[in-house]
Amino acid sequence: MSVATRPQLSHLQALESEAVHVMREVAAEFEKPVLLFSGGKDSIVLLRLAEKAFRPAPFPFPLMHVDTGHNFPEVIEFRDRRVAELGERLIVASVQDSIDTGRVVEETGPRASRNRLQTVTLLDAISEHGFDAAFGGARRDEERARAKERIMSFRDDFGQWDPKNQRPELWNLYNGRIKKGEHVRVFPLSNWTELDVWEYIDSEQLEVPSIYFAHQREVFERDGMLYAHHEGTQLIDGEEIFTETVRYRTVGDMSCTGGVRSRAATLEEVVLEIAATRITERGETRADDRVTEAAMEDRKKAGYF
Amino acid sequence: MTLDLLRFTTAGSVDDGKSTLIGRLLFDSKQVFEDQLAQVAQASERRGGEGTLDLALLTDGLRAEREQGITIDVAYRYFATAKRRFIIADCPGHRQYTRNMVTGASTADVAVVLIDARKGVQEQSKRHAFISALLGIPQMVVAINKMDLVEHSQARYEELVNEFEAFARKLRGGKNPRRTETSYLPMSALNGDNVVERSAAMPWYDGPPLLELLEQVEVAYDHPDEKPARFPVQWVIRPAAAAAARANGNPPSAVPAPARAEIDYRGYSGQLASGALRVGDEVAVLPSGARTRIAGIDTYDGPLEEAMAPMSLTLRLQDELDISRGELICHPDEAPAVARELTADVCWMSEQPLRPGSRYVLKHTSRTATAIVDAIEDIIDVHTLERVAPPEELELNDIARVRLHTSAPLALDPYASNRRTGSFILIDESSNETAAAGMIASAAA
Repeated sequence: MSVATRPQLSHLQALESEAVHVMREVAAEFEKPVLLFSGGKDSIVLLRLAEKAFRPAPFPFPLMHVDTGHNFPEVIEFRDRRVAELGERLIVASVQDSIDTGRVVEETGPRASRNRLQTVTLLDAISEHGFDAAFGGARRDEERARAKERIMSFRDDFGQWDPKNQRPELWNLYNGRIKKGEHVRVFPLSNWTELDVWEYIDSEQLEVPSIYFAHQREVFERDGMLYAHHEGTQLIDGEEIFTETVRYRTVGDMSCTGGVRSRAATLEEVVLEIAATRITERGETRADDRVTEAAMEDRKKAGYF
Repeated sequence: MTLDLLRFTTAGSVDDGKSTLIGRLLFDSKQVFEDQLAQVAQASERRGGEGTLDLALLTDGLRAEREQGITIDVAYRYFATAKRRFIIADCPGHRQYTRNMVTGASTADVAVVLIDARKGVQEQSKRHAFISALLGIPQMVVAINKMDLVEHSQARYEELVNEFEAFARKLRGGKNPRRTETSYLPMSALNGDNVVERSAAMPWYDGPPLLELLEQVEVAYDHPDEKPARFPVQWVIRPAAAAAARANGNPPSAVPAPARAEIDYRGYSGQLASGALRVGDEVAVLPSGARTRIAGIDTYDGPLEEAMAPMSLTLRLQDELDISRGELICHPDEAPAVARELTADVCWMSEQPLRPGSRYVLKHTSRTATAIVDAIEDIIDVHTLERVAPPEELELNDIARVRLHTSAPLALDPYASNRRTGSFILIDESSNETAAAGMIASAAA
């Protein structure tokens, strides 16, 4: 077996180049793409990749956030500031609106979450605006159903994913042909790992919301996870609120995203912590994946992110 | 130094040692997280009784796969060592899922072919090796697995190496010889022998363990200068036009005016599929053949003097030419054929059979055209690997040589010399499904 001798692209440069290629393909082949921006680390990377793909021109698509109304205020503040810096257009699709118009019914009780309701709001917004492609920041290393995802993933006119009957994805040739009412989800970060994302954020010196760094917060412990105390908190017997130094590995709804005890206060410290961690980000911090062995698969089939 | 991102395929079913191997690679390279391990332990005990830990379950994906104990679709796995990052395309081995194996193989640099030391060279291993060679994977590692079940016998190992080598020679021959390098090693994935650690049980083997091989193997982009430059134009960047398009229907205040320097900017964006380009190079634009020079190579991070595959970049050209998506920029003395007629090997991926005379959408690099399949020239018998007389029509998972012509001229390389500009897909116009993976054998104007 021969051994190479020439220096080449770093793995981050190779991943970046692949993602930029994917974004330009979608911009060229679809009528009305949209980029889903939550203010979380993965979609922050997507925005930088869009800059790499399309500058000095403006992005050929708007940004959209599905706002559960239960987001961390620090993240919403960051979202609006980042969009303004970029000079791009943001659409906010609100779960509260879906509740108010009767499209979905709010869960009740201490474990109520708007996580599942988001799917309806997302699909309604896609159809209302006539989007035919939606970029998302999901990665295959996150979860086993996501490990099966295509980079460009077909959704039927109900927004459903059919994992047993996916289009073959050959070389870097993406088949983006769809009929009216159908759309594709596009995951430029498919081949990135959580560590890649943080190393990229570090190498690009990207700003992220403050909740990704260690900070003091009022929390309560449930099912082994530390949840943020907020206005709507309903405690279950025996639970109590206390102050802890935590940071977040993922940014989702306050109701289903747990913090981790951490002292990592800078990007470099976060990268070191992630490199040494022994628990996956979703396993450590996401209640929404713990429902059953196939919780993500089921939600994805219904049209979730 | 090698590119520090390596993609490799494995193929097979859940029970033939492949999942155990992947589980072992992930586990021994410390990529298995505690919550994943807890899930696997729980599932193992549910299936195998208390105290069992089946690493193969780490690679379970979909509910249906867990239920049936098979791999249906490609799953992608990630792990890293100090030397390299790895992407595993974990493919099914059954013949009925050949198209999924082809999908995984299309982007791989290395194929890891597993052979069960007890059972010998099976159909499934041959199919994986054959598809790997067909898809132009430059390196193949043949792992003779389950050596613990044949008493770590060197004689058995050598017997199997010789048997497979005879088959591999056949693969390298044929109409389009492809350069696939083959290495062999004895292994026991279950015990971890020669996976990450060298095996104490097989002192007669003095080569590296699998992971070390994978850390050293060279990938396609390691010598960009040796290949002709190929730059398919994906997207034209024109800030003035983009701002105007956005102004349409939006309040003027929402539209940032382009900076003065950007008003005249016109750049051609794409990913360099092979080779290298430098500022000042004379280039040809195909299919027109128009010539100009590279005035600048732009990236978001600043201009470059030189770029090499697989970088994504934006070219500025000296002359104002009318260039759009789908055209190909290359050096004039190394240009590919510009043709409307071609022959190609196709792997048929649709339930709907291919009949000569049918029309499809053909996607090649960033260009889309209509294609008519004129004839099926021959078909490959996957048992004997012989090309035999063609049937009337192609069925799902058939691999055959076809002749077709296209509605527009395309800049085509043979697949054997360029996997990016030598490949295409066919799309069914009515269902929009991807009907075939195509590998160009020859092209003629």
